[in-house]
Amino acid sequence: MLRIQGLSKKFNKGTENEIEVFNNFNLDIEENKCTAIIGPNGCGKSTLLNILAGSISADSGRIILNREDISNLSQEKRSKYIGRVYQDPSMGVSPSLTILENMSLADKKGDRFSLKRLIRKNNIDRYVEMLKSLGLGLENKLNTKVKYLSGGQRQSLSLIMAAMKHPDLLLLDEHTAALDPKTSHVVMEKTKELLDKYKITTIMISHNMKDAIKYSDRIIMLNKGKIVLDKLSKDTTEEELIDIYKAKLFEEIA
Amino acid sequence: MNSLIITSIEQGLIFAILAMGILITNKILNIADLSVEGTFPFGAFIFAKFISMGVDPVLSTLLAFVIGTLAGLMTSLLFIKLKIKPLLAGILTMTTLYSVNLRINGKSNIPLFNFDSIFDLVPILLLLAILVIAIKIILDEFFKTEVGYLLIATGDNETLVKSLGASSNKYKIIGLMLSNGLIALSGALMAQYQGFVDITMGTGVIVIGLASIIIGDTIKKNSTKLGNTTRAIIGAIIYKIIGGIAIDLGLAPSDLKAVSAIIVILFIAYNNVAIDLFASIKNKGEGVYVKNTRLIKKVQ
Repeated sequence: MLRIQGLSKKFNKGTENEIEVFNNFNLDIEENKCTAIIGPNGCGKSTLLNILAGSISADSGRIILNREDISNLSQEKRSKYIGRVYQDPSMGVSPSLTILENMSLADKKGDRFSLKRLIRKNNIDRYVEMLKSLGLGLENKLNTKVKYLSGGQRQSLSLIMAAMKHPDLLLLDEHTAALDPKTSHVVMEKTKELLDKYKITTIMISHNMKDAIKYSDRIIMLNKGKIVLDKLSKDTTEEELIDIYKAKLFEEIA
Repeated sequence: MNSLIITSIEQGLIFAILAMGILITNKILNIADLSVEGTFPFGAFIFAKFISMGVDPVLSTLLAFVIGTLAGLMTSLLFIKLKIKPLLAGILTMTTLYSVNLRINGKSNIPLFNFDSIFDLVPILLLLAILVIAIKIILDEFFKTEVGYLLIATGDNETLVKSLGASSNKYKIIGLMLSNGLIALSGALMAQYQGFVDITMGTGVIVIGLASIIIGDTIKKNSTKLGNTTRAIIGAIIYKIIGGIAIDLGLAPSDLKAVSAIIVILFIAYNNVAIDLFASIKNKGEGVYVKNTRLIKKVQ
Protein backbone atom coordinates (compact mmCIF):
# COMPACT_ATOMS: atom_id res chain seq x y z
CA MET A 1 0.00 0.00 0.00
CA LEU A 2 1.09 3.55 -0.70
CA ARG A 3 0.39 6.19 1.93
CA ILE A 4 0.96 9.89 1.38
CA GLN A 5 0.88 11.84 4.64
CA GLY A 6 0.81 15.58 5.22
CA LEU A 7 2.38 16.42 1.88
CA SER A 8 3.13 20.09 1.23
CA LYS A 9 4.84 21.65 -1.75
CA LYS A 10 5.34 25.22 -2.88
CA PHE A 11 7.11 26.36 -6.02
CA ASN A 12 9.14 29.60 -6.31
CA LYS A 13 9.16 29.94 -2.55
CA GLY A 14 9.63 33.43 -1.22
CA THR A 15 9.06 35.16 -4.56
CA GLU A 16 5.95 36.91 -5.80
CA ASN A 17 5.37 33.96 -8.12
CA GLU A 18 4.98 31.57 -5.20
CA ILE A 19 2.52 28.80 -5.98
CA GLU A 20 1.20 26.44 -3.38
CA VAL A 21 0.45 23.10 -5.01
CA PHE A 22 -0.15 20.95 -1.95
CA ASN A 23 -0.93 21.86 1.65
CA ASN A 24 -1.16 18.93 4.03
CA PHE A 25 -2.30 16.50 1.34
CA ASN A 26 -3.17 12.95 2.37
CA LEU A 27 -3.93 9.96 0.20
CA ASP A 28 -3.93 6.17 0.54
CA ILE A 29 -3.60 3.98 -2.53
CA GLU A 30 -4.68 0.34 -2.28
CA GLU A 31 -2.36 -2.48 -3.18
CA ASN A 32 -2.58 -4.09 -6.62
CA LYS A 33 -5.22 -1.63 -7.77
CA CYS A 34 -5.02 0.90 -10.56
CA THR A 35 -5.87 4.39 -9.37
CA ALA A 36 -6.48 7.06 -11.99
CA ILE A 37 -5.77 10.67 -11.12
CA ILE A 38 -7.44 13.26 -13.29
CA GLY A 39 -7.85 17.00 -13.08
CA PRO A 40 -7.25 20.23 -14.96
CA ASN A 41 -3.76 21.53 -15.75
CA GLY A 42 -2.05 22.84 -12.65
CA CYS A 43 -4.13 20.69 -10.28
CA GLY A 44 -0.99 19.02 -8.97
CA LYS A 45 -1.18 15.58 -10.55
CA SER A 46 2.17 15.81 -12.32
CA THR A 47 3.77 17.35 -9.25
CA LEU A 48 2.42 14.46 -7.19
CA LEU A 49 3.91 11.91 -9.57
CA ASN A 50 7.25 13.72 -9.62
CA ILE A 51 7.33 13.81 -5.82
CA LEU A 52 6.50 10.11 -5.65
CA ALA A 53 9.23 9.27 -8.16
CA GLY A 54 11.69 11.52 -6.34
CA SER A 55 12.49 13.77 -9.28
CA ILE A 56 11.35 16.76 -7.18
CA SER A 57 11.34 16.89 -3.42
CA ALA A 58 8.43 17.84 -1.18
CA ASP A 59 8.66 20.63 1.40
CA SER A 60 7.24 18.34 4.04
CA GLY A 61 5.26 15.15 4.40
CA ARG A 62 5.91 11.45 4.27
CA ILE A 63 5.62 8.85 1.55
CA ILE A 64 5.27 5.31 2.84
CA LEU A 65 5.41 2.47 0.36
CA ASN A 66 4.66 -0.99 1.76
CA ARG A 67 5.35 0.20 5.32
CA GLU A 68 8.71 1.66 4.31
CA ASP A 69 9.30 5.40 4.49
CA ILE A 70 10.84 6.37 1.15
CA SER A 71 10.48 10.17 1.58
CA ASN A 72 14.21 10.76 1.92
CA LEU A 73 15.46 8.35 -0.73
CA SER A 74 17.00 9.78 -3.90
CA GLN A 75 15.37 9.22 -7.27
CA GLU A 76 17.96 6.54 -8.09
CA LYS A 77 17.36 4.64 -4.83
CA ARG A 78 13.59 4.83 -5.20
CA SER A 79 13.64 3.50 -8.72
CA LYS A 80 14.24 0.08 -7.18
CA TYR A 81 10.64 0.15 -5.93
CA ILE A 82 9.04 2.38 -8.53
CA GLY A 83 8.60 2.00 -12.26
CA ARG A 84 7.54 4.90 -14.45
CA VAL A 85 6.31 5.31 -18.01
CA TYR A 86 6.50 8.82 -19.40
CA GLN A 87 4.37 10.73 -21.88
CA ASP A 88 7.28 10.95 -24.32
CA PRO A 89 7.90 7.46 -25.76
CA SER A 90 11.65 8.16 -25.93
CA MET A 91 11.98 8.80 -22.19
CA GLY A 92 11.65 5.21 -21.08
CA VAL A 93 14.10 3.68 -23.54
CA SER A 94 17.61 4.17 -24.88
CA PRO A 95 16.92 4.93 -28.56
CA SER A 96 20.34 4.06 -29.97
CA LEU A 97 20.36 0.62 -28.32
CA THR A 98 18.48 -2.43 -29.59
CA ILE A 99 15.35 -3.93 -28.04
CA LEU A 100 17.44 -6.76 -26.58
CA GLU A 101 19.95 -4.31 -25.09
CA ASN A 102 17.18 -2.16 -23.65
CA MET A 103 15.45 -5.12 -22.05
CA SER A 104 18.74 -6.44 -20.67
CA LEU A 105 19.36 -3.04 -19.06
CA ALA A 106 15.84 -2.96 -17.59
CA ASP A 107 16.40 -6.47 -16.25
CA LYS A 108 19.31 -5.14 -14.17
CA LYS A 109 17.22 -2.35 -12.64
CA GLY A 110 18.15 -1.68 -9.03
CA ASP A 111 21.04 -4.18 -9.17
CA ARG A 112 24.73 -3.34 -9.08
CA PHE A 113 26.16 -2.80 -12.54
CA SER A 114 29.48 -4.58 -13.00
CA LEU A 115 32.03 -5.37 -15.69
CA LYS A 116 30.22 -8.57 -16.63
CA ARG A 117 28.69 -8.83 -20.06
CA LEU A 118 25.23 -7.28 -20.17
CA ILE A 119 23.66 -9.56 -22.77
CA ARG A 120 23.11 -13.06 -21.41
CA LYS A 121 21.91 -15.64 -23.88
CA ASN A 122 19.87 -17.58 -21.34
CA ASN A 123 17.65 -14.55 -20.65
CA ILE A 124 16.62 -14.08 -24.26
CA ASP A 125 13.82 -16.65 -24.18
CA ARG A 126 12.26 -14.86 -21.22
CA TYR A 127 12.39 -11.52 -23.07
CA VAL A 128 10.89 -13.06 -26.20
CA GLU A 129 8.04 -14.44 -24.07
CA MET A 130 7.34 -10.98 -22.63
CA LEU A 131 7.48 -9.29 -26.02
CA LYS A 132 5.21 -11.94 -27.53
CA SER A 133 2.57 -11.11 -24.94
CA LEU A 134 2.43 -7.60 -26.43
CA GLY A 135 1.39 -9.05 -29.76
CA LEU A 136 3.21 -6.34 -31.72
CA GLY A 137 5.81 -8.62 -33.31
CA LEU A 138 8.63 -6.97 -31.34
CA GLU A 139 10.01 -10.43 -30.51
CA ASN A 140 11.21 -10.64 -34.12
CA LYS A 141 13.03 -7.31 -33.87
CA LEU A 142 15.31 -8.01 -30.91
CA ASN A 143 18.32 -6.56 -32.72
CA THR A 144 16.53 -3.51 -34.09
CA LYS A 145 17.53 -0.18 -32.60
CA VAL A 146 14.65 1.29 -30.63
CA LYS A 147 14.82 4.60 -32.50
CA TYR A 148 13.46 2.79 -35.57
CA LEU A 149 10.30 1.68 -33.73
CA SER A 150 7.02 3.58 -33.88
CA GLY A 151 5.83 5.61 -30.90
CA GLY A 152 3.33 2.93 -29.91
CA GLN A 153 5.90 0.15 -30.12
CA ARG A 154 8.36 2.21 -28.13
CA GLN A 155 5.78 2.99 -25.47
CA SER A 156 4.79 -0.67 -25.18
CA LEU A 157 8.44 -1.56 -24.76
CA SER A 158 8.81 1.18 -22.10
CA LEU A 159 5.84 -0.33 -20.30
CA ILE A 160 7.34 -3.81 -20.25
CA MET A 161 10.71 -2.41 -19.21
CA ALA A 162 9.13 -0.48 -16.33
CA ALA A 163 7.09 -3.49 -15.15
CA MET A 164 9.43 -6.42 -15.76
CA LYS A 165 11.11 -6.27 -12.34
CA HIS A 166 7.71 -6.18 -10.58
CA PRO A 167 8.02 -2.75 -8.95
CA ASP A 168 5.95 -2.04 -5.82
CA LEU A 169 4.49 0.97 -7.55
CA LEU A 170 4.01 1.79 -11.22
CA LEU A 171 3.51 5.39 -12.33
CA LEU A 172 1.86 5.98 -15.70
CA ASP A 173 2.42 9.61 -16.59
CA GLU A 174 -0.14 10.30 -19.36
CA HIS A 175 1.64 7.52 -21.16
CA THR A 176 -0.72 7.45 -24.14
CA ALA A 177 -1.14 11.22 -24.56
CA ALA A 178 1.49 11.49 -27.31
CA LEU A 179 0.00 8.65 -29.37
CA ASP A 180 -2.71 8.70 -32.02
CA PRO A 181 -6.15 7.42 -30.85
CA LYS A 182 -5.77 3.96 -32.36
CA THR A 183 -2.26 3.36 -31.01
CA SER A 184 -3.31 4.89 -27.71
CA HIS A 185 -6.10 2.31 -27.50
CA VAL A 186 -3.69 -0.55 -28.24
CA VAL A 187 -1.22 0.65 -25.59
CA MET A 188 -4.02 1.05 -23.01
CA GLU A 189 -5.21 -2.50 -23.70
CA LYS A 190 -1.65 -3.81 -23.32
CA THR A 191 -1.34 -1.84 -20.10
CA LYS A 192 -4.48 -3.47 -18.74
CA GLU A 193 -3.31 -6.96 -19.67
CA LEU A 194 0.06 -6.31 -18.06
CA LEU A 195 -1.45 -4.92 -14.84
CA ASP A 196 -3.85 -7.85 -14.58
CA LYS A 197 -0.98 -10.26 -15.06
CA TYR A 198 1.67 -8.68 -12.86
CA LYS A 199 -0.66 -7.26 -10.16
CA ILE A 200 1.17 -3.99 -9.55
CA THR A 201 -0.07 -1.05 -7.51
CA THR A 202 -0.50 1.59 -10.20
CA ILE A 203 -1.15 5.30 -10.36
CA MET A 204 -2.24 6.54 -13.76
CA ILE A 205 -2.49 10.15 -14.79
CA SER A 206 -4.77 10.84 -17.70
CA HIS A 207 -6.52 13.63 -19.50
CA ASN A 208 -8.73 11.14 -21.23
CA MET A 209 -11.68 10.64 -18.88
CA LYS A 210 -13.10 7.75 -20.82
CA ASP A 211 -9.81 5.84 -20.55
CA ALA A 212 -9.42 6.81 -16.91
CA ILE A 213 -12.79 5.27 -16.05
CA LYS A 214 -12.41 2.24 -18.26
CA TYR A 215 -8.93 1.16 -17.22
CA SER A 216 -8.79 1.99 -13.52
CA ASP A 217 -10.32 0.66 -10.32
CA ARG A 218 -10.59 4.00 -8.59
CA ILE A 219 -10.89 7.57 -9.81
CA ILE A 220 -9.52 10.56 -7.98
CA MET A 221 -10.04 14.07 -9.28
CA LEU A 222 -7.72 16.79 -8.07
CA ASN A 223 -8.24 20.51 -8.18
CA LYS A 224 -5.75 23.00 -6.75
CA GLY A 225 -4.07 20.28 -4.74
CA LYS A 226 -7.28 19.02 -3.13
CA ILE A 227 -9.27 15.86 -3.80
CA VAL A 228 -12.66 16.88 -5.21
CA LEU A 229 -13.84 13.40 -6.17
CA ASP A 230 -12.86 9.93 -4.99
CA LYS A 231 -15.00 7.08 -6.33
CA LEU A 232 -14.80 3.55 -7.62
CA SER A 233 -14.41 3.69 -11.37
CA LYS A 234 -17.29 1.32 -11.98
CA ASP A 235 -19.67 3.77 -10.21
CA THR A 236 -18.39 6.77 -12.15
CA THR A 237 -19.61 8.08 -15.50
CA GLU A 238 -17.86 10.36 -17.92
CA GLU A 239 -20.74 12.89 -17.76
CA GLU A 240 -20.33 13.14 -14.01
CA LEU A 241 -16.66 14.02 -14.40
CA ILE A 242 -17.32 16.55 -17.12
CA ASP A 243 -19.99 18.20 -14.96
CA ILE A 244 -17.52 18.61 -12.12
CA TYR A 245 -14.94 19.99 -14.53
CA LYS A 246 -17.48 22.53 -15.82
CA ALA A 247 -18.63 23.51 -12.35
CA LYS A 248 -15.05 24.11 -11.27
CA LEU A 249 -14.40 26.12 -14.39
CA PHE A 250 -17.42 28.36 -13.72
CA GLU A 251 -16.28 28.80 -10.15
CA GLU A 252 -13.00 30.12 -11.40
CA ILE A 253 -14.53 32.54 -13.89
CA ALA A 254 -17.15 33.79 -11.45
CA MET B 1 55.73 8.36 -51.81
CA ASN B 2 56.13 5.01 -50.06
CA SER B 3 57.67 6.53 -46.97
CA LEU B 4 54.97 9.17 -47.03
CA ILE B 5 52.29 6.50 -46.80
CA ILE B 6 54.09 4.73 -43.95
CA THR B 7 54.60 7.97 -42.03
CA SER B 8 50.95 8.83 -42.57
CA ILE B 9 49.82 5.44 -41.29
CA GLU B 10 52.08 5.67 -38.26
CA GLN B 11 50.82 9.13 -37.37
CA GLY B 12 47.30 8.02 -38.20
CA LEU B 13 47.59 5.20 -35.68
CA ILE B 14 48.77 7.62 -32.99
CA PHE B 15 45.84 9.90 -33.73
CA ALA B 16 43.51 6.88 -33.84
CA ILE B 17 43.96 6.62 -30.06
CA LEU B 18 43.07 10.31 -29.75
CA ALA B 19 40.05 9.76 -32.02
CA MET B 20 38.83 6.84 -29.89
CA GLY B 21 39.09 9.10 -26.84
CA ILE B 22 37.09 11.85 -28.52
CA LEU B 23 34.61 9.22 -29.67
CA ILE B 24 33.73 8.39 -26.06
CA THR B 25 32.89 11.97 -25.11
CA ASN B 26 31.58 13.53 -28.30
CA LYS B 27 29.72 10.64 -29.81
CA ILE B 28 28.83 8.22 -27.04
CA LEU B 29 28.31 10.57 -24.09
CA ASN B 30 27.22 13.45 -26.31
CA ILE B 31 29.44 15.90 -24.40
CA ALA B 32 31.62 18.27 -26.43
CA ASP B 33 34.83 18.07 -24.38
CA LEU B 34 37.25 20.76 -25.54
CA SER B 35 39.86 20.00 -22.88
CA VAL B 36 41.47 17.73 -25.55
CA GLU B 37 43.79 20.51 -26.74
CA GLY B 38 45.25 20.72 -23.25
CA THR B 39 45.18 17.01 -22.47
CA PHE B 40 47.14 15.96 -25.58
CA PRO B 41 50.27 18.02 -24.70
CA PHE B 42 49.59 17.23 -21.00
CA GLY B 43 50.25 13.56 -21.78
CA ALA B 44 53.41 14.52 -23.67
CA PHE B 45 54.73 16.70 -20.84
CA ILE B 46 53.99 14.02 -18.24
CA PHE B 47 55.95 11.55 -20.36
CA ALA B 48 58.86 14.02 -20.71
CA LYS B 49 58.89 14.58 -16.95
CA PHE B 50 59.08 10.89 -16.07
CA ILE B 51 61.51 9.90 -18.82
CA SER B 52 63.87 12.71 -17.84
CA MET B 53 63.67 11.48 -14.24
CA GLY B 54 65.01 8.15 -15.46
CA VAL B 55 61.72 6.23 -15.44
CA ASP B 56 61.34 3.39 -17.94
CA PRO B 57 59.66 4.53 -21.23
CA VAL B 58 56.85 1.95 -21.00
CA LEU B 59 56.00 3.01 -17.46
CA SER B 60 56.29 6.70 -18.39
CA THR B 61 53.83 6.18 -21.24
CA LEU B 62 51.46 4.33 -18.94
CA LEU B 63 51.71 7.11 -16.34
CA ALA B 64 50.74 9.64 -19.02
CA PHE B 65 47.49 7.68 -19.46
CA VAL B 66 46.82 7.40 -15.72
CA ILE B 67 47.56 11.04 -14.90
CA GLY B 68 45.78 12.15 -18.09
CA THR B 69 42.52 10.75 -16.70
CA LEU B 70 42.69 13.49 -14.05
CA ALA B 71 42.01 16.10 -16.75
CA GLY B 72 38.73 14.29 -17.45
CA LEU B 73 37.99 14.18 -13.74
CA MET B 74 38.48 17.95 -13.52
CA THR B 75 36.19 18.70 -16.47
CA SER B 76 33.48 16.36 -15.21
CA LEU B 77 33.58 17.72 -11.68
CA LEU B 78 33.36 21.27 -13.07
CA PHE B 79 30.15 20.53 -14.89
CA ILE B 80 28.60 18.01 -12.51
CA LYS B 81 29.40 19.55 -9.12
CA LEU B 82 29.71 23.23 -10.08
CA LYS B 83 27.07 23.13 -12.86
CA ILE B 84 29.35 24.85 -15.38
CA LYS B 85 28.28 24.12 -18.97
CA PRO B 86 30.33 21.19 -20.37
CA LEU B 87 31.66 23.30 -23.24
CA LEU B 88 33.00 25.96 -20.87
CA ALA B 89 34.18 23.32 -18.37
CA GLY B 90 36.34 21.79 -21.12
CA ILE B 91 37.77 25.16 -22.10
CA LEU B 92 38.57 25.95 -18.45
CA THR B 93 40.42 22.65 -18.07
CA MET B 94 42.28 23.29 -21.32
CA THR B 95 43.33 26.76 -20.20
CA THR B 96 44.43 25.49 -16.80
CA LEU B 97 46.42 22.70 -18.42
CA TYR B 98 48.33 25.23 -20.54
CA SER B 99 49.94 26.64 -17.39
CA VAL B 100 50.25 23.21 -15.79
CA ASN B 101 52.06 21.89 -18.87
CA LEU B 102 54.62 24.70 -18.71
CA ARG B 103 55.08 24.07 -14.98
CA ILE B 104 55.67 20.31 -15.30
CA ASN B 105 59.12 20.70 -16.86
CA GLY B 106 59.53 24.45 -16.56
CA LYS B 107 60.03 24.72 -20.34
CA SER B 108 57.79 25.00 -23.38
CA ASN B 109 59.95 22.78 -25.58
CA ILE B 110 61.82 19.66 -24.51
CA PRO B 111 63.93 17.58 -26.91
CA LEU B 112 63.65 13.85 -26.20
CA PHE B 113 66.30 12.52 -28.62
CA ASN B 114 68.64 11.62 -25.77
CA PHE B 115 66.08 9.50 -23.97
CA ASP B 116 64.76 6.00 -24.55
CA SER B 117 61.36 5.60 -26.17
CA ILE B 118 59.02 2.64 -26.47
CA PHE B 119 59.78 2.67 -30.20
CA ASP B 120 63.35 1.53 -29.45
CA LEU B 121 62.04 -1.89 -28.51
CA VAL B 122 59.76 -2.87 -31.42
CA PRO B 123 59.42 -1.47 -34.99
CA ILE B 124 57.24 1.65 -34.88
CA LEU B 125 54.49 0.52 -37.22
CA LEU B 126 54.15 -2.90 -35.60
CA LEU B 127 54.09 -1.53 -32.07
CA LEU B 128 51.51 1.14 -32.94
CA ALA B 129 49.32 -1.36 -34.77
CA ILE B 130 49.36 -3.77 -31.82
CA LEU B 131 48.66 -0.95 -29.38
CA VAL B 132 45.77 0.49 -31.38
CA ILE B 133 44.17 -2.91 -31.96
CA ALA B 134 44.55 -3.78 -28.28
CA ILE B 135 42.88 -0.53 -27.22
CA LYS B 136 40.13 -1.07 -29.78
CA ILE B 137 39.41 -4.58 -28.48
CA ILE B 138 39.44 -3.44 -24.84
CA LEU B 139 37.05 -0.57 -25.63
CA ASP B 140 34.73 -2.81 -27.68
CA GLU B 141 34.65 -5.34 -24.84
CA PHE B 142 34.08 -2.58 -22.29
CA PHE B 143 31.06 -1.32 -24.20
CA LYS B 144 29.56 -4.80 -24.02
CA THR B 145 29.66 -4.84 -20.22
CA GLU B 146 26.90 -3.65 -17.92
CA VAL B 147 28.87 -0.51 -17.04
CA GLY B 148 29.69 0.10 -20.72
CA TYR B 149 26.05 -0.09 -21.74
CA LEU B 150 25.09 2.32 -18.95
CA LEU B 151 27.68 4.74 -20.35
CA ILE B 152 26.04 4.53 -23.78
CA ALA B 153 22.60 4.93 -22.20
CA THR B 154 23.82 7.99 -20.28
CA GLY B 155 24.60 9.74 -23.57
CA ASP B 156 21.31 8.56 -24.98
CA ASN B 157 18.77 9.11 -22.21
CA GLU B 158 19.80 10.10 -18.70
CA THR B 159 16.28 9.64 -17.37
CA LEU B 160 16.43 5.94 -18.20
CA VAL B 161 19.76 5.54 -16.40
CA LYS B 162 18.30 7.13 -13.27
CA SER B 163 15.20 4.97 -13.51
CA LEU B 164 17.49 1.93 -13.56
CA GLY B 165 18.74 3.01 -10.15
CA ALA B 166 22.11 4.14 -11.45
CA SER B 167 23.81 7.53 -11.24
CA SER B 168 24.28 9.00 -14.70
CA ASN B 169 26.88 11.43 -13.32
CA LYS B 170 29.10 8.53 -12.30
CA TYR B 171 29.12 7.27 -15.88
CA LYS B 172 29.90 10.72 -17.26
CA ILE B 173 32.93 10.86 -14.95
CA ILE B 174 34.07 7.38 -16.02
CA GLY B 175 33.66 8.31 -19.70
CA LEU B 176 35.51 11.61 -19.46
CA MET B 177 38.35 10.08 -17.48
CA LEU B 178 38.76 7.23 -19.92
CA SER B 179 38.61 9.64 -22.86
CA ASN B 180 41.21 12.02 -21.47
CA GLY B 181 43.46 9.15 -20.46
CA LEU B 182 43.49 7.93 -24.06
CA ILE B 183 44.12 11.43 -25.39
CA ALA B 184 47.07 11.89 -23.00
CA LEU B 185 48.39 8.49 -24.06
CA SER B 186 48.16 9.60 -27.67
CA GLY B 187 50.11 12.77 -26.76
CA ALA B 188 52.81 10.73 -25.00
CA LEU B 189 53.18 8.52 -28.08
CA MET B 190 53.36 11.56 -30.37
CA ALA B 191 56.11 13.05 -28.20
CA GLN B 192 58.20 9.88 -28.56
CA TYR B 193 57.45 9.61 -32.26
CA GLN B 194 58.52 13.16 -33.14
CA GLY B 195 61.30 13.22 -30.54
CA PHE B 196 60.28 16.36 -28.75
CA VAL B 197 57.53 17.91 -26.67
CA ASP B 198 56.14 21.31 -27.50
CA ILE B 199 53.48 23.45 -25.85
CA THR B 200 51.79 24.08 -29.21
CA MET B 201 51.40 20.42 -30.11
CA GLY B 202 47.80 20.38 -28.88
CA THR B 203 46.61 23.16 -31.18
CA GLY B 204 43.99 21.86 -33.55
CA VAL B 205 43.99 18.25 -32.32
CA ILE B 206 40.28 18.41 -31.53
CA VAL B 207 39.69 19.08 -35.22
CA ILE B 208 41.89 16.12 -36.14
CA GLY B 209 39.94 13.89 -33.77
CA LEU B 210 36.55 15.05 -34.99
CA ALA B 211 37.70 14.83 -38.60
CA SER B 212 38.77 11.23 -38.04
CA ILE B 213 35.39 10.32 -36.58
CA ILE B 214 33.51 12.08 -39.36
CA ILE B 215 35.62 10.48 -42.09
CA GLY B 216 35.19 7.10 -40.41
CA ASP B 217 31.43 7.56 -40.34
CA THR B 218 31.35 8.41 -44.03
CA ILE B 219 32.97 5.12 -45.08
CA LYS B 220 30.35 2.49 -45.89
CA LYS B 221 27.83 4.67 -44.16
CA ASN B 222 25.07 2.12 -43.76
CA SER B 223 27.17 -0.88 -42.86
CA THR B 224 26.40 -2.10 -39.35
CA LYS B 225 29.45 -4.34 -39.36
CA LEU B 226 31.90 -1.48 -38.95
CA GLY B 227 31.88 -0.47 -35.29
CA ASN B 228 32.51 3.02 -33.93
CA THR B 229 36.07 2.27 -32.86
CA THR B 230 37.05 0.71 -36.21
CA ARG B 231 35.59 3.72 -37.98
CA ALA B 232 37.59 6.12 -35.79
CA ILE B 233 40.81 4.23 -36.52
CA ILE B 234 40.25 4.08 -40.29
CA GLY B 235 39.18 7.73 -40.25
CA ALA B 236 42.36 8.84 -38.47
CA ILE B 237 44.58 6.98 -40.95
CA ILE B 238 42.74 8.34 -43.99
CA TYR B 239 42.89 11.80 -42.50
CA LYS B 240 46.67 11.60 -42.08
CA ILE B 241 47.13 10.20 -45.61
CA ILE B 242 45.16 13.13 -47.04
CA GLY B 243 47.33 15.49 -44.98
CA GLY B 244 50.46 13.70 -46.18
CA ILE B 245 49.41 14.07 -49.80
CA ALA B 246 48.76 17.78 -49.21
CA ILE B 247 52.34 18.21 -47.97
CA ASP B 248 53.63 16.13 -50.87
CA LEU B 249 51.83 18.50 -53.23
CA GLY B 250 53.97 21.32 -51.88
CA LEU B 251 51.92 22.77 -49.06
CA ALA B 252 53.88 23.96 -46.03
CA PRO B 253 53.33 22.06 -42.76
CA SER B 254 51.97 25.30 -41.33
CA ASP B 255 49.18 25.16 -43.93
CA LEU B 256 48.02 21.85 -42.51
CA LYS B 257 45.74 23.33 -39.85
CA ALA B 258 43.68 24.99 -42.55
CA VAL B 259 43.77 21.77 -44.57
CA SER B 260 42.40 19.97 -41.47
CA ALA B 261 39.52 22.38 -41.23
CA ILE B 262 38.82 22.08 -44.97
CA ILE B 263 38.81 18.27 -44.74
CA VAL B 264 36.26 18.45 -41.92
CA ILE B 265 34.11 20.90 -43.88
CA LEU B 266 34.26 18.75 -47.02
CA PHE B 267 33.34 15.52 -45.28
CA ILE B 268 30.50 17.09 -43.31
CA ALA B 269 29.27 18.78 -46.47
CA TYR B 270 29.41 15.42 -48.24
CA ASN B 271 27.40 13.80 -45.45
CA ASN B 272 24.82 16.55 -45.19
CA VAL B 273 24.40 18.02 -48.65
CA ALA B 274 26.20 16.15 -51.38
CA ILE B 275 24.48 12.79 -50.88
CA ASP B 276 21.11 14.36 -51.69
CA LEU B 277 22.72 16.18 -54.59
CA PHE B 278 24.20 12.97 -56.04
CA ALA B 279 20.86 11.26 -55.64
CA SER B 280 19.08 13.97 -57.59
CA ILE B 281 21.72 13.92 -60.35
CA LYS B 282 21.28 10.16 -60.61
CA ASN B 283 17.52 10.44 -60.72
CA LYS B 284 17.60 12.99 -63.53
CA GLY B 285 18.72 10.27 -65.89
CA GLU B 286 15.75 8.11 -65.05
CA GLY B 287 13.12 10.25 -66.65
CA VAL B 288 9.91 11.87 -65.59
CA TYR B 289 8.66 8.87 -63.68
CA VAL B 290 11.20 9.19 -60.93
CA LYS B 291 10.82 12.92 -60.77
CA ASN B 292 7.12 12.49 -60.19
CA THR B 293 7.49 10.03 -57.35
CA ARG B 294 9.99 12.33 -55.74
CA LEU B 295 7.48 15.11 -56.02
CA ILE B 296 4.76 12.94 -54.57
CA LYS B 297 7.01 12.01 -51.68
CA LYS B 298 7.63 15.67 -51.03
CA VAL B 299 3.91 16.44 -51.06
CA GLN B 300 3.22 13.59 -48.68
